[in-house]
Amino acid sequence: MSKPAVEPSTIESAPRSFIGRLADNDLVASFLSSKITVAAGLITLILLLAAVFAPLIAPTNPFNPATNFLIDSLTPPRFAAGGDPRFLLGTDDQGRDMWSAILYGLRVSLLIGIFSVLFGGAIGITLGLIAGYTGGWIDAIIMRIADVQLTFPAILIALLLDGVAQALLKNSNREGTAFGVLVVSIGLSFWVQYARTVRGSTMVEKNRDYVQAARLVGLSPARILVRHILPNVMGPVLVIATINLALAIITEATLSFLGVGLPPTQPSLGTLIRIGQNFLFSGEWWIVTFPSLTLAILVLAVNLLGDWLRDALNPRLK
Amino acid sequence: MIAFIIRRLLASLGVLIAVGLIAFVMFRYVGDPVNQMVGIETPAAEREALRQQLGLNEPVIVQASRFLLNAARFDFGISYQFRQPVSVMIGARLPATLELAIVASILSLLAGVPLGVYSALRRDSALAKLFQALSLVGISLPTFLTGILLIYLFSVTLGWLPSFGRGAVVPIGSWWTTGLLTMSGLKSLIMPAITLALFQMTLIMRLVRAEMLEVLRADYIRFARARGLSERAVHFHHALKNTLVPVMTVVGLQLGSIVAFSIITETVFAWPGMGQLFLQSIQNVDIPIMAAYLLFIAFLFVIINLVVDLLYVIVDPRLRAAVHGASG
Amino acid sequence: MTNPLLSVRDLRVEFATRRGPLVALDGVSLDIAAGEILGIVGESGAGKSLTGLAIIGLLDPPGHIAGGEIRLDGRRIDNLPAAEMRKLRGRRIGMIFQDPLTSLNPLLRIGDHLVETILAHSALTPKQARERAIALLSEVGIPAPEKRIDGYPHEFSGGMRQRVVIALALCGEPALVIADEPTTALDVSVQAQIIAVLKKLTRVHGAAVMLITHDMGVIAETADRVAVMYAGRIVEIGKVSEVVRAPLHPYARGLMAAIPTLEGRVARLAQIPGAMPRLSAIPRGCAFSPRCPEAFDRCRVERPPLLTVGDRSAACWLYDRGHAPAMTTEIVS
Repeated sequence: MSKPAVEPSTIESAPRSFIGRLADNDLVASFLSSKITVAAGLITLILLLAAVFAPLIAPTNPFNPATNFLIDSLTPPRFAAGGDPRFLLGTDDQGRDMWSAILYGLRVSLLIGIFSVLFGGAIGITLGLIAGYTGGWIDAIIMRIADVQLTFPAILIALLLDGVAQALLKNSNREGTAFGVLVVSIGLSFWVQYARTVRGSTMVEKNRDYVQAARLVGLSPARILVRHILPNVMGPVLVIATINLALAIITEATLSFLGVGLPPTQPSLGTLIRIGQNFLFSGEWWIVTFPSLTLAILVLAVNLLGDWLRDALNPRLK
Repeated sequence: MIAFIIRRLLASLGVLIAVGLIAFVMFRYVGDPVNQMVGIETPAAEREALRQQLGLNEPVIVQASRFLLNAARFDFGISYQFRQPVSVMIGARLPATLELAIVASILSLLAGVPLGVYSALRRDSALAKLFQALSLVGISLPTFLTGILLIYLFSVTLGWLPSFGRGAVVPIGSWWTTGLLTMSGLKSLIMPAITLALFQMTLIMRLVRAEMLEVLRADYIRFARARGLSERAVHFHHALKNTLVPVMTVVGLQLGSIVAFSIITETVFAWPGMGQLFLQSIQNVDIPIMAAYLLFIAFLFVIINLVVDLLYVIVDPRLRAAVHGASG
Repeated sequence: MTNPLLSVRDLRVEFATRRGPLVALDGVSLDIAAGEILGIVGESGAGKSLTGLAIIGLLDPPGHIAGGEIRLDGRRIDNLPAAEMRKLRGRRIGMIFQDPLTSLNPLLRIGDHLVETILAHSALTPKQARERAIALLSEVGIPAPEKRIDGYPHEFSGGMRQRVVIALALCGEPALVIADEPTTALDVSVQAQIIAVLKKLTRVHGAAVMLITHDMGVIAETADRVAVMYAGRIVEIGKVSEVVRAPLHPYARGLMAAIPTLEGRVARLAQIPGAMPRLSAIPRGCAFSPRCPEAFDRCRVERPPLLTVGDRSAACWLYDRGHAPAMTTEIVS
């Protein structure tokens, strides 16, 4: 890579806004400067594409009983002894093609991860903006709840919310509600970090000249928050969102592994691992290995991206 | 000092009451307790009698206070599913969970703190970079995958360690059982403890590293260097102590969450602890057990917070002064 | 100066950044004689503190010495191995930092700081070291030192803490003390006391002082000679009496006009419009030329070296023998 002409340094200049840095190609340059980050980005992209186009890539629809035959069950992967050319990664006890099941499972895992990050982020950002901008007792109540929730691990909160929701929805069909219940449970267990960060930044930003000016011009608080303050807190929020995406995927996988997440009829990677674990001792290693590998690689890639983003947006580390 | 402790205790009590009320709301309004306890064919009169007996017709305030008072006496009612007192069921499973959690905590601290200090002091060394990379893998690996991996390696492939259960246990006193005194108990403990410790260890390592790097940038470190103190004195007399003070809080909470995380480990290794019980209760909507577990975790965190606060006062002279100032 | 205690020649400090090196100090040369007080003055960001850190070998990465040499007692110290350099710190060169609040470890007692430092530089027993620590505290003017030695930093006021810091810097009897803005963080009322303590003690212990400050008033009262820095370079260096009375460099003239008078503080550098350039955007010729009221074409193209003018030196083309517009000796204030 050629070195561009010396640019404004971070030693003397104030930290620029996230948007400003994007425009400067600063982030792009720092992204490309680390091979590991580029690899993580590529892997994430490939997995995302695989999830989006799963119905096109997958040789069979693993959840269509008409295409699954018990006679094919527990076939080893194509490259292993006794493998069948039709099944790249073998089949499970239902005769489902693992490769197809993983593609569909990846799709479910990513969907739940992304939706719960969006849900938790929306709640956290909104509450953080309100708490930071209004202050007073509203702020006190929101942050108090955040403090108490923060003392409990997110996985426990998600488990509880999931349990309560399932109890309340006991009579409706689980398959229809499991997805939504998971998104809400996981989303709600992650809002605190956004709220704290956004609140802190909002409290700093609201006293800046440009916000005061907007206030004087007579813009409504909601407009000031969304148009003027929000863009300035997007950097840290993006870092949290990326790291939380990894956490949300792990949480979903864990809940599904524990049997309180998605049912076997619409399995995520976690559900597949739960099923596969039963075959650990009987020698059908492929049923658990490939979903596990996919999950680990996905989470690692997203975490690497989050790590890079955090360092790249931290002016002190440059 | 005493005033400080009392103030802390009151705050903790507030948190416990808040969580207790959440537990009560869960108990009272998530599903109907009576429907849970009786069969479908139970006549209405019998249901009404039970309703009366449980006090479900009284004002909500009365019910809530009774629930809290009972909880304070560790009386959480009867499990819907097992028809046993919840406190007895939890008591029977407490030793298994606590032993696992304590061993895992010690493991994660013993490994995490030195690794973090090393990676901060030798941040540019190949080994530190390797640790940092591995720690990211450690954070990315869900606990249950670690467990499955260990089982596959040491139980399925090598056959060295048992993959489930707690091994032989020995009773101590009237209600504690320990697996730490038998060979099979110890062997059974190894993999669950490592699984549970690994994630916390990587977190502690990364935290100690980040905090220490922060401290190493402080003015007093620079001034200590400017006075010609040895690197050893700068690192271990000045930097380490100041690193561990803020780390204490987070580590305290991490250790608390080990108990919660043991839900996963206990499931993977069929470890007969409270986590397994809690998971079953979620699957069966056994609200009394869920409520009791929630309160138990809250209680644990309150205790840990209290201990951490007191440790702070002991370690940090600034706080000590503030505490003395406030109480005297 | 025949045998200076410290001699810095053409010191260049760079920061390695992703976008290439950034020159923070360029061609800095100065001497300090034993027992002398040299003031270093300039706006924040001019490179004063970096000069001090470079001399004591405590530049934070990515900052590093990229050229020139530093000699202490004639021996080169800028390229010493870390362990060798550490032996000099505290014993030959001491340093005092700006903020006494953050210079002391909040978790350690005052006595721990002192005893630890004394033991690092002497063969005393811990008991003797403690006695010496009490003596030092009493020397810097801390009342009841035998009691206060067991106190923690937060129990001391800012002024008292800075006295402790001075005592700490003097533990190893260094020949040179670099004092980086030692009074900036303190109340105005105690600033003079701290300067007095610093001046008295360094005299008693025979230490030379490099006094870094942006306060020309402190320099005028304390220092023997002064170096004026601008954008990582020395623009003028000479006796305080001369530089203050008749500054040569146009920047120094603006600076002198900002010395606080008895009536109150004059807004700093109000006389010079504009601001110091960023390190990354230093103009090609003289760094001061865009703001200089007397700049001419050569200033914008060619960088002036330090030119000798009588007893002192100034980096300004006005004093180049070839080009001699009327020597501006008129005083601004």
